[in-house]
Amino acid sequence: MADKDDKSPIDLSRRTLIRSGLVAGGMFGFGFAMVPIYNVFCKVTGLNGKTDPNPYNYNAETAKVDTSRTIKVQFVATKNTGMSWDFKPTVTEVLVHPGQVGELEFVARNPTEKQMIGQAIPSVTPFQATNYLHKVECFCFTTQTLEAGEEKVMPLRIIVDQALPRHITKLTLSYTLFDVTTMGERTLAS
Amino acid sequence: MMLLHTPALFHSIAERASNMKSASKLKTLFFLRLGWLVGLTGTFVSGSALADWTVNMTEGVTAVSRSVYSLHMIIFLICVVIGVLVFGVMFYSILVHRKSKGAVPQQFHESTLVEVLWTTVPFLILVGMAIPATKTLIDIYNTDESEVDIKITGYQWKWQYEYVGEGVSFFSSLNTPREQIQNSRIKNPNYLLEVDEPLVLPVGKKVRFLVTAADVIHSWWVPAFAVKRDAIPGFINEAWTKIERPGIYRGQCAELCGKDHGFMPIVVDVRSEEDYAKWLVERKEAAAKERMILEEDWPMDRLMTTGKKVYEKTCAVCHQVNGQGMPPIFPALKGADLVVDKARVGDHVDILMNGIKGTAMQSFANQLNEAEIAAVITYERNAWGNNTGEMVTPKEILNYRKNGKYTPDPDNKTVTPFVNTKQAGL
Amino acid sequence: MTAVTDTTHHDDHRHGPAKGLMRWVLTTNHKDIGSMYLWFSFAMFLTGGAMAMIIRAELFQPGLQIVEPAFFNQMTTMHGLIMVFGAVMPAFVGLANWMIPMMIGAPDMALPRMNNWSFWILPFAAVMLVSTLFMEGGGPNFGWTFYAPLSTDFAPPSTTFFIFAIHMLGISSIMGAINIIATILNLRAPGMTMMKMPLFVWTWLITAYLLIAVMPVLAGAVTMMLMDIHFGTSFFNAGGGGDPVLFQHIFWFFGHPEVYIMILPSFGIVSAILPAFARKPLFGYTSMVYAVASIAFLSFIVWAHHMFTVGIPLVGELFFMYATMLIAVPTGVKVFNWVSTMFRGSMTFETPMLFSIAFVVLFTIGGFSGLMLSIAPADFQYHDTYFVVAHFHYVLVPGAIFAIFAATYYWLPKWTGHMYDETLAKTHFWMSFIGMNLTFFPMHFIGLAGMPRRIPDYALQFADFNMIASIGGFMFGVTQFLFLFIVIKCIKGGEKAEAKPWDGADGLEWSLPSPAPYHTFTTPPDVK
Repeated sequence: MADKDDKSPIDLSRRTLIRSGLVAGGMFGFGFAMVPIYNVFCKVTGLNGKTDPNPYNYNAETAKVDTSRTIKVQFVATKNTGMSWDFKPTVTEVLVHPGQVGELEFVARNPTEKQMIGQAIPSVTPFQATNYLHKVECFCFTTQTLEAGEEKVMPLRIIVDQALPRHITKLTLSYTLFDVTTMGERTLAS
Repeated sequence: MMLLHTPALFHSIAERASNMKSASKLKTLFFLRLGWLVGLTGTFVSGSALADWTVNMTEGVTAVSRSVYSLHMIIFLICVVIGVLVFGVMFYSILVHRKSKGAVPQQFHESTLVEVLWTTVPFLILVGMAIPATKTLIDIYNTDESEVDIKITGYQWKWQYEYVGEGVSFFSSLNTPREQIQNSRIKNPNYLLEVDEPLVLPVGKKVRFLVTAADVIHSWWVPAFAVKRDAIPGFINEAWTKIERPGIYRGQCAELCGKDHGFMPIVVDVRSEEDYAKWLVERKEAAAKERMILEEDWPMDRLMTTGKKVYEKTCAVCHQVNGQGMPPIFPALKGADLVVDKARVGDHVDILMNGIKGTAMQSFANQLNEAEIAAVITYERNAWGNNTGEMVTPKEILNYRKNGKYTPDPDNKTVTPFVNTKQAGL
Repeated sequence: MTAVTDTTHHDDHRHGPAKGLMRWVLTTNHKDIGSMYLWFSFAMFLTGGAMAMIIRAELFQPGLQIVEPAFFNQMTTMHGLIMVFGAVMPAFVGLANWMIPMMIGAPDMALPRMNNWSFWILPFAAVMLVSTLFMEGGGPNFGWTFYAPLSTDFAPPSTTFFIFAIHMLGISSIMGAINIIATILNLRAPGMTMMKMPLFVWTWLITAYLLIAVMPVLAGAVTMMLMDIHFGTSFFNAGGGGDPVLFQHIFWFFGHPEVYIMILPSFGIVSAILPAFARKPLFGYTSMVYAVASIAFLSFIVWAHHMFTVGIPLVGELFFMYATMLIAVPTGVKVFNWVSTMFRGSMTFETPMLFSIAFVVLFTIGGFSGLMLSIAPADFQYHDTYFVVAHFHYVLVPGAIFAIFAATYYWLPKWTGHMYDETLAKTHFWMSFIGMNLTFFPMHFIGLAGMPRRIPDYALQFADFNMIASIGGFMFGVTQFLFLFIVIKCIKGGEKAEAKPWDGADGLEWSLPSPAPYHTFTTPPDVK
């Protein structure tokens, strides 16, 4: 407002227009920027139980197993609408000590007459445990392609972090299987 | 007000006040509502013990629901007190400081003291309010040490309950007859709040709900437990409850999820621990039996009766009871090429199993068992004068699941023309 | 957005308005554009209202009687969208167009040609939005909050047009907001300092900033939807690595400031009317300005209180609960100030005053239910029930709509040069007041009793209150034709209005003759 006297209201208005327009444009960009911001936020807080889409770097020699407690890890599977595969874990729960590798298998079968691509989306409860459940090997890191009638046994190897808060004794790892045939093959991390 | 809708009122009372005399309850209710309408203070004069489910929030049957209820009542009373004070001053001014009474306007228009006062006092009230709210919230978020885990999956427009680790899983959907919704029959007391198979839970155990969805966002809500959790496709959400009294508790989907959002109720049947254990054993046996059914012989008439049931429960919502659909969105099945052409049995099975992408026709492969799918296809091919005489057997569907394509079973010999006179409208 | 002011612009129409239809198409006069905004918003108000009538008719009794659930969902969705984007927001922009230049002593809006554009986009956007109802698969049926994936993977084909309509409405709002900011910042008469501006101008300045901050975010959200639907991206599709909850965060980052966009100008209107009819200066002008500014600021950090049940971590839940509760403080300050303004005044109760008093009372009730909703554990029971419907209708109908009625009656003499028919106007007030309360008060009860919102049919225990609500709704709806009649009657003729028809009124607009000439303040007035 300081230079109000030496510029005509029309020039000033034009300047306000440009500035406000830039703000509006910036906010449009901010809308899109909320996507990565949100993802980082989820990763830090474990919001929505979103797990790390990359394999956990596990070193069997340095890993210490905390035998003082046993954690129950449950597995549940959901097929999203339109997904006609059979999809389930071979066991519904495993008991592990923190630091110890838990192994199990999921079985997927494509009963249809055509090749299909599936993507399993992991989610962990309780949320605060999300960052303490590591996946050394998981079929969820990439899409899975199954030929017509093909059955596939997919190993899953997990480790519960030694730093898991002590009040948590039970974790649930959920997979929802989506039909992503139209989207093509990809890795989730991208 | 009472006269406006006496039957509805009667039903609500009947359900709520089974141990009270209807007449006295009716009277209380009337005064209670009058209280609410006459003034905000009416309710707490009548006392919260009398608060009827249809006027106030339910106290529910869990420790959490009771603390939520008391939070609700405290904040409500605070609002009432503030309201009485503010509106009191205001209406006093309106009555006294009016020009027609010769009021002379004062010219004061500022006072830092009162501004500071009415900023800090409400702030302190809010702090007082936040403390119990925080406590309750922390309690709600503590899902540790659950004894029973139930996975709840929302579908358009039904719920699936899975007893995690028990191998029991079933769908639960509305079973209020269409005729009641279309007003051609008298409505049940539990109209729209009744399902074919309720969720059964034990009393006094910490039950953890793992809530997710398979299509759009739903929300699982039972007011008596104060549990409301959104079911989000791809993600799993947690909630818990510990129910104190056996009984039937009803709720509804609370997040708009499409056409039949209003028609996917929740019913929870809470039983004693022994009854629950007994039920679970029986339910497991029933599930085993269901699997055996597939191996059994399914004659035409059995397929038709089962098919009619399945059709009316699952398909008639869109394709209508008379098979005429609601074109162009929901095509007619009566006389449709797909349904009457002998060569297209395989396509018919395909569509039912996999749905049609981009349309309202969803995949039923996960929602119906083999027998139900076979029955409903058989029904569609023979009802409403379609009369193809064809029959699809549960075994054929089982084979479809295995091989991904429809191949007629050589044992399926029934080709006797089948005319259902009732359905054909004769 | 290339329109900028034309330096030769003001010289070529010192004369009166042009004749015929082209006057309205090409006009850059703030009064013409203001009138067009107001008429447009009233047409939309009736359109959205007709949809509300269909909703209330279907809910009159349990069972399905009039419409199918699929169409019912389209009605609730379109009712919300039309009322928010078609009725309330354009009405406020119309009032801003008419009054802000006259209140700050400016000859017109700062960017008159853009002003014309921002209005004329609206009818096209509205036609596009309404036309989706007639497309195959029907119109938007996913609620005005259009949560993904219901609004993406499961949406009708017309959603693309819905997205374009939202884009156009957004661009119109942003242009309107920029214009208002430019006008207020640059065209004030000499001596009209910021802290001398009428509160209506202040509240609109803050509203305009909210608009340019959040309308682009909404545009971003619908663009992402468009990309998910047509270009194979997965912003909101979990299967492709996206997240449906992200949509809700983006939407409510827009949505919460948006609800304040619909209420802040009302604060300004009521702050002009109450002192006028109490014949006493507004109490606590400075604190009112600060209160509005703090409400605007808080609106950016409370959005997730709409999402308490989606499963936000405890810490987040607590943060949003506390932040939301805080809003009660500045809102309370405003209400206390209004009551103090009335206290020891010398009040008369013409229609603008009646609507303003009703605003204070009913908006406060809506504020109370808002405070109840902010308590996260209690919100688990309230969320997505009719209690919420009651809450936001209590803040929007008496909050926005009653304030717009009050403003219309207050400034009609200035606009038309005639007094409106006071008896009819009071009838309009009382019918609206009773109808509105009859409609929305029982909704608190059915919500607490457990009736979810957005359902076409309900369980029997909700029946009697729903019937009352429907009767109230019909009453409120029919009454609005009376409003139309009163306004037309006032335009056509009536008792001649003086320059300042309200003896307690204050402000530059009353220094002008009634009706206000086509061009006003071509030479800036002196403000003391």
